[in-house]
This record gives sequence, structure tokens and C-alpha cells, in this order.
Amino acid sequence: MASQEILGRDAGSRVSLMNDPKIRGIFFQIVVVALLAAAIYWIVGNTVENLRRANIASGFSFLRGRAGFDISDSLIAYSSDSTYGRAIIVGLLNTIVVAVVGIITASILGFLIGIGRLSRNWLVRKISTVYVEVFRNIPPLLVIFFWYFGVLSVLPPPRDSYHLPFGSFLNGRGFYFPKAIWGEGSWLILVAFVLAIAMSWFVARKARQRQMATGQTFPILWTSIGLIVGLPLLAFIFSGFPLSFDFPKQSTFNLTGGFQVKPEFLALYLALSFYTAAFIGEIVRAGIMGVNKGQSEASFALGLRPAQTLRQVVVPQAMRIVIPPLTSQYLNLTKNSSLAIAIGYPDLVATGGTVLNQTGQAIEVVVIWMVVYLGLSLVTSAFMNWFNAKMALVER
Amino acid sequence: MKNSVKVILGAAALGLLASAASAATLDDVKKKGFVQCGVSTGLAGFSAPNDKGDWTGIDADFCRAVAAAVFGDGTKVKFTPLSAKERFTALQSGEIDVLSRNTTWTINRDTALGLNFVGVTYYDGQGFMINAKKLPGVNSALQLSGAAVCVQSGTTTELNLADYFKANKMEYNPVVFEKLEEVNAAYDAGRCDAYTTDQSGLYGIRLTLGAPDDHVVLPEIISKEPLGPAVRQGDDQWYHIVKWTYFALLSAEELGITQANVDEMKNSGSPEIKRVLGTEADTKIGTDLGVSNDWVVNVVKAVGNYGEMFEKNVGAGSPLKIARGINALWTKGGLQYAPPIR
Ligand SMILES: N[C@@H](CCC(=O)N[C@@H](CS)C(=O)NCC(=O)O)C(=O)O
Repeated sequence: MASQEILGRDAGSRVSLMNDPKIRGIFFQIVVVALLAAAIYWIVGNTVENLRRANIASGFSFLRGRAGFDISDSLIAYSSDSTYGRAIIVGLLNTIVVAVVGIITASILGFLIGIGRLSRNWLVRKISTVYVEVFRNIPPLLVIFFWYFGVLSVLPPPRDSYHLPFGSFLNGRGFYFPKAIWGEGSWLILVAFVLAIAMSWFVARKARQRQMATGQTFPILWTSIGLIVGLPLLAFIFSGFPLSFDFPKQSTFNLTGGFQVKPEFLALYLALSFYTAAFIGEIVRAGIMGVNKGQSEASFALGLRPAQTLRQVVVPQAMRIVIPPLTSQYLNLTKNSSLAIAIGYPDLVATGGTVLNQTGQAIEVVVIWMVVYLGLSLVTSAFMNWFNAKMALVER
Repeated sequence: MKNSVKVILGAAALGLLASAASAATLDDVKKKGFVQCGVSTGLAGFSAPNDKGDWTGIDADFCRAVAAAVFGDGTKVKFTPLSAKERFTALQSGEIDVLSRNTTWTINRDTALGLNFVGVTYYDGQGFMINAKKLPGVNSALQLSGAAVCVQSGTTTELNLADYFKANKMEYNPVVFEKLEEVNAAYDAGRCDAYTTDQSGLYGIRLTLGAPDDHVVLPEIISKEPLGPAVRQGDDQWYHIVKWTYFALLSAEELGITQANVDEMKNSGSPEIKRVLGTEADTKIGTDLGVSNDWVVNVVKAVGNYGEMFEKNVGAGSPLKIARGINALWTKGGLQYAPPIR
């Protein structure tokens, strides 16, 4: 070993620098970076020059201008007097909402389907298989149209809404339910809720430690549910029931008041969830099948019940196979949410597109789109990598 | 999606290639052998493919008129259907040579967007349409407070709508789509109480609905929508060709030159008609513009004069049956007026 190293060093000093693989590597990397920088510089310069010559406005100052158009769904205060920048943020938030809710639903549904495909029950297995084959083979845009025009054509006009329990309504304009209005002192409930979650987490930790040490189990689930429901309920009673409801009411055209979930959101959310769930189901199935059969046999031999085996032995090991492809499904769902534009859900592409058209600043808006989607993807990947690392550590 | 891809490609083309679609549009067009014309994706009366797949409508005919001016042949034109959102990028990036797609002339589009509007081929205004069967008793837009309104994005319509409801202190719920067919389908499915766009557009759209007779256009006109063709800035010659094609259509109507009598008219004794039709001795009426001297003859032969174009596509000779109204010539109490061709 040692003599070889000396030999290598000797050889290095003899030949020219150009032939040193390390230096050559660095040299070429510098060349590539320089070329890339030059290309970007040329593109940007050329673009600015072209825009100037075509008398097209450029730069990002347009974001401060008055938008002048309305947006139907907004999480933050927005009116036609708000700025273009705010309109884009409204769209971004809408994208995030539908992506997050869609990812949660698709994951739950996908896990059920994946496990269902391996079920010993013939009917469950067949239903899961048919689900996967149907949804995996239809383009997502069609699924979206199916839900949107399906929902629209089946549901009645506002005048003949379906009356559902708890003062909620369903009609072609969406799903309406009473909006909770929290009165004075309701912060206490929030505090109690947060406290309950912290306590549940603590109890779960302690219980696990006890189980490790003594083998005794503790009903964590029921304790947590008791805490999370009970504590806020107590706080609610103590602060004197600070809650009232705003019920949806019939007016000339639509229902007013209450909380409205619009058909555009519903259709997009359902379509994205159902579509992605089919893929997640297959990933989960592959993950479970990837766990050595000996693992569950050993678990049965130890006396664990099938449900326990699945939960405690198979799924934790399957997760490590499942998470990486799951990440790309989450990214896909987020990107597919830009199909929103086809059914008028005001996501980032839709509001951004309107801004683009009203201001004519195509390049700037496209840059914003790219940066935002890249950012969303990187955040999702980072989170999933963290989650993956955490799951991997559990291995013993 | 496909749409956004188009916009992104357009933006990229704008950055990289705009220099290619440079000053000399006329030369480019002649080299290609046809005029590339941006139209709508299918708005009856303005630009819509007929059952044979040929583009018809007043906007489509205007494209043919430009082709006739340049090539002496109105068929040397290719159409690019564009949504409201795609249209400006398509023109800016050089994908099309003329935008003739029921587009409203505004200061913002003439300045920040780098366009030049050549004139107003149709004076319009924004209106509302409702389903009278479903909403009996509604006979004014001022009764629409609380309504859900279907509208196409990237239009002046969207902006006027916001202004109108704000000015009248009314609430509404905008339901915004990118494609015309999507707005139509959603409105027809009852997603909205009202549909708003240029009034002429409403008449055209009504024909495509399931039960056209159930729908009525409300009387209010809430904006000025001067619709006209536009070209890119920075090419005066091409701008003049397109602009004077429009004026030629008007002048022909004013002088009584029609598709049927244009050849006869060449022998007319009137010095003005002779001048316009390029039969004056030693005339430079076309060559100064960059086209042949008989360009007006070619234009009228291809599509008729403005009045003929109007009647055939949106007027009495069409299913839309729109009256000339303010689109009549100035000599008949309308707003259509062309500077002299001399
Ligand atoms: N004149 C307005 C609106 C024009 C417009 O796009 N109207 C719609 C009617 S909903 C249309 O014609 N769409 C046809 C299409 O997208 O192909 C403008 O220039 O912004």
C-alpha cells in the first residue's frame, strides 16, 4: 500500500498537470460552469434586448399593479383592488391546498387499495384490482372532466338543493355546510387541543419504553383519543360554549352564508386523489410483497395476530421500499394539479395565466411558475427524504 | 396543460427568436407564401370552422383580405386558433403575422404588450346572457347581485365584470375558464346563472347551446369593446398594409364597389373609383404600400366589401342576424369611417 502511494505521487510530479485526473476533472467542471454561465448570460441579455426592441414591457415591477379581476376561491383577503402579486399568491395557496389535501387522501386510499389487493377476501381483492386498472389507465384530465361534469349534471340547481343533516346542502354549485364562528375565550380550546396532542405524544413514548422494558402493553390509542377529545371539550364547557354557527340560506341565485366547497375544487380534489391512489396502491402492494415472507411467518410463530403482524412487522419494513416511489407520486400529484385550469379552479397556473395575459409579461410569469413548482417539488422531496431517513433508522 | 405548454414555448420563443420575426414581415410572408393569421377557437360569426373545416366569419374573412392584398389570392392564408390567453404571446413571438380574433383595442395592449391595432372592424360592448327559463323575472343585469357568472380568462370581459359589480355595489361569484368550449359547457350545465362576454359573442354562443331559445341577452351594455386586428410593433410597412386593407374594405362599400361589380367598376368614369382600383395612369397606389396596384380589386374579389362581409357573417345573411347599428358607415349614421385612399 504505502509503496504504491509513493509511486503514484512520484508519477504525478513527473507527468504534466494536464494528465492529473483530479486537476483535469476540476478543469472540465470549471469549463462547464463557465459555458453554462455564458449561455445564461447570453439568453438573458438577448431576451431583454428582444423585448426592448419589440416594445414589450419587462421586469417584475408589474407585480405591484392593480389586478382588476376577481378570483372565486381565496384563502387570504383578495379583491380586484389587490395587486397582481397577491393574485399569484392566492393561486399558489390554492395549489398548495389541493395538493396537500389530495396527497393525504390519495395516500390513505392508496394504502387501503394496496393492502386490499393482497387481501385473502376474494371480493376485496377484485374490487381493488378493478380500481387500479380503471384509474391507472385513464388520463387524469378525463378523470377531472368526469368528476366535474358528472357532479354538475347529477346535482340539482340551488333552488332544489338536497338538504343534508346538520344544516348542510348539496347542489350543482357545491357542498354547503354551517360555518363555525368562534366567540370570545375560544383560544382556550385551541390551547387545550395542543396540550392534549403533546400529552398523547408523551404517553405514547412512555408506553413504548415500558413495553420495551417489561413487555406490558398500554392502550395508547384510546388514551390519546380520550385526551384529544376530552381536554378541548372541558375547555369548551369552562369557557361557556363560545361557538355559534352561520348556516347556509337560500337567496335569489345561490345559497349564501355557511361554508361552500365549490364543484371545481371537489372535482379536482377527487380526481387527483383517485388517480394517484391507483399508483400508490401498486407501490404499496409491491412494498408489502418485497418484504420477505419469512418475516410474517416468524411473527406468526411468535404469536402475533395477522393485524399486528401487518402493522408492526410488515408495514414498517415495506415503508422503506415504498417511500422513494411515493415521493414521485406526490410530486406528480402536485404537478397534475395544474390541470385545474380546465375546470376553472383558480390555481397558480390559472391565476398566473390571467396575470400573464392582462400584463403581457409572459417571460416573467413563466419564470415565476417554474421557480414555484421547482420550490414545491424540492420541499416535498426534502420532507420525504427526511421521512425516509427516519424510517430507515428504525431498522435494527 | 397543453395550453400552458404553448404559452411557455411562446415565451421561450419570445426570448430567443423574436429577432427572427424581425422588421420585414412582408418579406417573411412572401417567402412563406401565405399569411399566418391568429383567430379564435370557434366563435360563430367571427371565426369558426364550418362543417367542411373552412374558417368562416368576419375575422377569418379579414385574414383572407390581407392575403388578397399581398398575394392577389385570398386563399393564401393559414389559420391558428388561439384562446384568449394564447393570442398575444402568439403574435409577439412571431408565430402569427396578424391577430384577427375579436380582440378589444385598449391602451394597455397598444403599449405594454407591444401591439399595434389597425382599426375597429366591429364596434361591440359587453353584455350578459341568462337562462330565462331558470331565472324568470330577471330582465336587467342590475338584478344579478349574488349570481355566479361564467367568464373566459385573459379577457377584458373579466376586468369589466369586476368593475361593473364593484361600481354597482353588487356581489358575484366568478367562474373562470380558459377555453371557450369549457365556459359554454359549464354555463349549459347550469354552473353559472349568467354568461358574460362581448354582446356579439353572446349571440354566437347562444346558437351553440343545448336550447338556444331558453336564453336571453340582457339589455345592459357595460363597456366599450372595439374589436379589431392587431400586428406587432416595429414594422410600419406591415402595419400599413393591414391597416389599409381594412380601410379598403370600407372605401369599397362607400363607393358601391362589390364582389359582383368590381371588374365592371374598373372601367368607371369616376376618378375616385379609378384611383382606388388602381386603374389611374401611372398610379403608385399599391406599390407605395408594398403591394400591387390592383390590390383593392383583389381584396374585394376575395371577400367583398365591408358591408358584404358583415351581412354574410354576422348580419341578415347569417344565423346571428345582428343589425348594422353603430357598425354602419359614417354616411349612414354609423362609426365606420375610412381616410381617403389617394
Ligand atoms: N374582446 C374581449 C374578449 C374576447 C373573447 O375572448 N371572447 C370570448 C368569448 S367567451 C371568445 O371569443 N373566445 C373564443 C376562443 O377562446 O376561442 C377581449 O379582447 O379581451
